Amino acid sequence: MLSLQKESLSRWLKCHEFYLGLLITFLVLGLSLGTEDFMTLGNLFDMTVSSAILGIMACGLFVVLIAGGIDISFPAIAAIGQYLMATFVLANGGNFAVAFAISALVGIALGMVNAVLVYKLKVPAIIITIAMLNVYFGLLIYFSNGDWLYGFPDWFMDGVEVFRFTASDGYDYGLNLPMMTLIAVVAFTSILMSKTRIGRQIYALGGNSDAAHRIGMNSFKLNLFVYGYMGAMAGIAAVVQTQITQSVAPNSLMGFELTVLAAVVLGGTSMSGGKGTLLGVILGVALLAVLKNGLTLLGVPSYWHTVLTGLIILISISMTALNEKQQAKQVV
Amino acid sequence: MDVLMSAIKLPTDRNIRYLLVILVAILALMGLSLGGTFFSLSNLQSMSSQLPLLGIFALAMAVCMLTGGINLSIIATTNACSLVMASIITMAPDSGLMLVAALGAGLVTAIIVGLANGFLIAYIGVSPILATLGMMTFINGLNVLVSGGSVISGFPDALLILGNGSVMGTPMPLIFFGLFAIGLWAILEHTALGRAIYLMGSNEKASRFSGINTQKSLVYVYIISSILCWLAAIIMMAKFNSAKAGYGESYLLVAILASVLGGINPDGGFGRIIGIFLALVVLQALESGLNLLGVSSYLTMALWGGILIVFIALQKYKS
Repeated sequence: MLSLQKESLSRWLKCHEFYLGLLITFLVLGLSLGTEDFMTLGNLFDMTVSSAILGIMACGLFVVLIAGGIDISFPAIAAIGQYLMATFVLANGGNFAVAFAISALVGIALGMVNAVLVYKLKVPAIIITIAMLNVYFGLLIYFSNGDWLYGFPDWFMDGVEVFRFTASDGYDYGLNLPMMTLIAVVAFTSILMSKTRIGRQIYALGGNSDAAHRIGMNSFKLNLFVYGYMGAMAGIAAVVQTQITQSVAPNSLMGFELTVLAAVVLGGTSMSGGKGTLLGVILGVALLAVLKNGLTLLGVPSYWHTVLTGLIILISISMTALNEKQQAKQVV
Repeated sequence: MDVLMSAIKLPTDRNIRYLLVILVAILALMGLSLGGTFFSLSNLQSMSSQLPLLGIFALAMAVCMLTGGINLSIIATTNACSLVMASIITMAPDSGLMLVAALGAGLVTAIIVGLANGFLIAYIGVSPILATLGMMTFINGLNVLVSGGSVISGFPDALLILGNGSVMGTPMPLIFFGLFAIGLWAILEHTALGRAIYLMGSNEKASRFSGINTQKSLVYVYIISSILCWLAAIIMMAKFNSAKAGYGESYLLVAILASVLGGINPDGGFGRIIGIFLALVVLQALESGLNLLGVSSYLTMALWGGILIVFIALQKYKS
């Protein structure tokens, strides 16, 4: 019994998520004590809403990275889904189900184009998706002239809110659209990756694609699924972003790809595939969110935010790398 | 087509042959649709003054890709160098000594960044894409922090001439690009370090066991990449007559495109400078030509991506 406990403890100590969780706990404790506003319902709500887009896209990229691929083009995919969705809603009205369906379907279609190219051309996915980022984004700006879209119908502007209640600070709170979407996406991704056969296959494909192929997995179909899933997540995040900002600017998501990638690898997901957990990804997103929010509350000039984010990313990936090096030595 | 190729004794490298074919096709198309305008002296000059900046970035990217790595921090490094140089120069704009000191300080900045990247990748064992991504975020943050996000401008003529002057009709940036490209070519093809770079890209383990100090060589590679960024910083400062955090960010991914189009294998080990040069000419001819035709620059951007995909598909289909 004791040895079992010891074993599980030492496994914890090797676990990237454990340290990440510890770091977040310290940050949260420090911020709760150091500032009055951190541990308020209002602040926690704002923090969750403002990191919803990052969280949703991170779920998609996580699945791609586990499969041993990478996608850089998803902000452009999201922008295209968003633009088509907004154009449809502005012309015909509709409801959120229609909005999500249009955006996600566009995302799935474009993601699958990526999958076909990556699989057929056998060139590193990063190269293909950088090229496709240029193609998607260039075409979007060309056909849209870079015009903004706004003036959405009331149902879109108001969003959806359930479990409304009035807190002691006098404001109304409830689960709104960004939060519900984030929760649904995380739950779905979690079930997909840990409870379904396809999730296991994705891990296997990323861990050793030759072996996965030999035991009869259809890696082409898996690739289609994985990049399609990334596209769907991009499309879903795009609707949420439109609802939050109440407008569509074709270039508003540009440059977001590296932020999402940073959040996912911060959570310990390996770039070479097969290794990583969704919990780590969520912690990575949470760490970035808490850091940004905390620094703002502490009155640290926003100039410092990027420096500290960069520093934390560097320390985190270095620790992961050193850890892997040590484990490799132990095996030998 | 292959028969035709070998008949007119074109280079045997398949990549370079394809690039030459694409280039001739583009030049013919531009010549037909634009007539003399495309081949006019002013267009050729404007092309050759635009090409070097992307060219230097592509070289900085390519030298890392040859080892199987990548350098996502090139633009951040460039901006860091130009901010350091700009803030020193503007202290005493008329002093020649200050200009030299500034250039030196920029070079030191570049070398520090290169050392940091190389250390993370070679000694800590972080994957290049992550190490340089983290470094990019960190340096971008420092750039904004130190400069306060503001523009630094007002440089002496001695600096401006480096980016805007010309010698016998050849723009200065092109001369610098040429010199550094030849220098890099010499390093890659005629030194032990160059051999080590290609070997590491093909098989890192084998090169380590054959007695190459791969860790040290990797650090050199990232320092070389950073020094190229320093050159880009000088040209960018002179061209824009200012320095600011966040300049030129759109070059990052295009530099990767240009390298791959130039035949650099993203897994490492293969690719030559001449290929990158041809790829740059292809991209630049396409951009300038379409610009003269009044085509949107965003459509050009989409075409660049499309050409790369078609190019990769062509190679796959042939082999």
